Amino acid sequence: MEFIKFRNVEKTYKNGVNAVYDINLDIKKGEFVFVIGASGSGKSTLIKMLYREERPTIGEIYVGGINVAKVKNSKVYKLRRKIGIVFQDYKLLPKLTVYENVAFALEIYGLPTVEVRRKVLKALDLVGLKSRTKSYPDQLSGGEQQRVAIARAIVNSPKLLICDEPTGNLDPDTSLEVMKVIEKINDLGTTIVMATHDREMVDKMKKRVILLDNGKLVKDYEKGSYSHYEGN
Amino acid sequence: MKAIRIILRNIRDGFKSVGRNISLSIASISCITITLLIVAIALIVSYNVESITKRVKEDFTIITFVDNAASEEEIKNLASNIEKLDNIDSVEHETKKQIADEMKETSDSLSAIIDTWSDETNPLYDTLLVKVKDTEKISDTAKKVQKLDLVKDVKYGQGMVESLLSVFNVLEKGMIIAMVALVLVTLFLITNTIKITIFSRKREIEIMRLVGASNFSIKQPFVIEGFVLGFLGSLIPIGLTLYGYSALYNHFNGQLFSPFVKLVSAEPFVYIVSLILLALGVVVGMFGSYNAVRKYLKI
Repeated sequence: MEFIKFRNVEKTYKNGVNAVYDINLDIKKGEFVFVIGASGSGKSTLIKMLYREERPTIGEIYVGGINVAKVKNSKVYKLRRKIGIVFQDYKLLPKLTVYENVAFALEIYGLPTVEVRRKVLKALDLVGLKSRTKSYPDQLSGGEQQRVAIARAIVNSPKLLICDEPTGNLDPDTSLEVMKVIEKINDLGTTIVMATHDREMVDKMKKRVILLDNGKLVKDYEKGSYSHYEGN
Repeated sequence: MKAIRIILRNIRDGFKSVGRNISLSIASISCITITLLIVAIALIVSYNVESITKRVKEDFTIITFVDNAASEEEIKNLASNIEKLDNIDSVEHETKKQIADEMKETSDSLSAIIDTWSDETNPLYDTLLVKVKDTEKISDTAKKVQKLDLVKDVKYGQGMVESLLSVFNVLEKGMIIAMVALVLVTLFLITNTIKITIFSRKREIEIMRLVGASNFSIKQPFVIEGFVLGFLGSLIPIGLTLYGYSALYNHFNGQLFSPFVKLVSAEPFVYIVSLILLALGVVVGMFGSYNAVRKYLKI
């Protein structure tokens, strides 16, 4: 069953830049998909359209049955509550502790404090940071900060986790550590869509890979069939 | 229950972020404090000027001298005829005997002379003291009174009244313009300071949106923060108004230079001014942050 559907999606920015064209793509529930391509290939645009930061100019995008392109600005938050997003620059609030940063994503729903606490600790446990709840982001390493960001993204048990270059700022060892956490989340049933530059990582992970070039979907590698030594 | 929890958390976050962004909060609070202080001074000055001019205007009287040939009955008729004219507030009859008695009290030598007058030889005139409703039209009204039978003469401080009135006019209009300008400047300054405070927290708003906070729940803590900033900013101006003006009033015994220039009594005036300052600070604070956050929300 398709969880995410792209149908003839095209995005042209207001300044006339054509970011992506004619994207058709299906992603099943529980899949782990890498989106790769050079800078400017349209990866980010594709990812941003998934969480309705950008709207496609033409075409339709369905996420779990919702036509994302049709979601109004004032209703975007309803979509965002169903998905988790992780960014290259973590986007943690520096003046909140680890616990508060993660709890923040739950408190906006008005959950009771006891439940917030239970879910936050569970999410932090999953990323291996249960002992750092009282630290502030600047007291953590990059990898740890990214794990906090992942905890925040999954604390609400979303069906979809979107990652935009989550390891872009991390060294290879730390990247692997973060990737393992994400893989664990995938094993628990969450669909993962990840844009990345890190081809070596993609190699190691043996997942489905979508290659974009100049705004076009040029290749869709089945799980495990991608190798960057092929010359891509 | 859910909604109440969200609101309570937003109130908590609103208060917390005043402390978390303490340097910017202090900047906003001092800006609000200074502008509200200026507003407080302007309010006090303009209200006092207004009250003084009003008092002076209330003293404007058309003194109508009645012909000595008029009988008691005719004077009464004249008074009621004057009352029928436009713009008349009150008419008071003062007999020449009353005027003579008043004059006697002013000095002993005058008193000796006046004592020699009998009712027949009293050279003074009976007068009708006419107060008008609209002092702007006092000269027109005086002319109408003058034309009535048995009116010997009218006096209302011709010349001086007109120039006083025009001075008052300019003063009052100037005050209104200054007040409006001040309030606008206050609005502008406070909203801008708050805007800068919030600008530095664009990222926070962005993240709130990303984790699925609705526009309403993003705005709420900021509006509460604006409320807190406005409230804290109005404390010093309110304190100075309450204690400062009362002290000033007591120091001058409620009048400036002469008993003619009376200050507005401290109570309840200071409470009204304080309320205005509080309302201005709080409303502008809330409005300012509401507006600033809106800028960073896609609505």
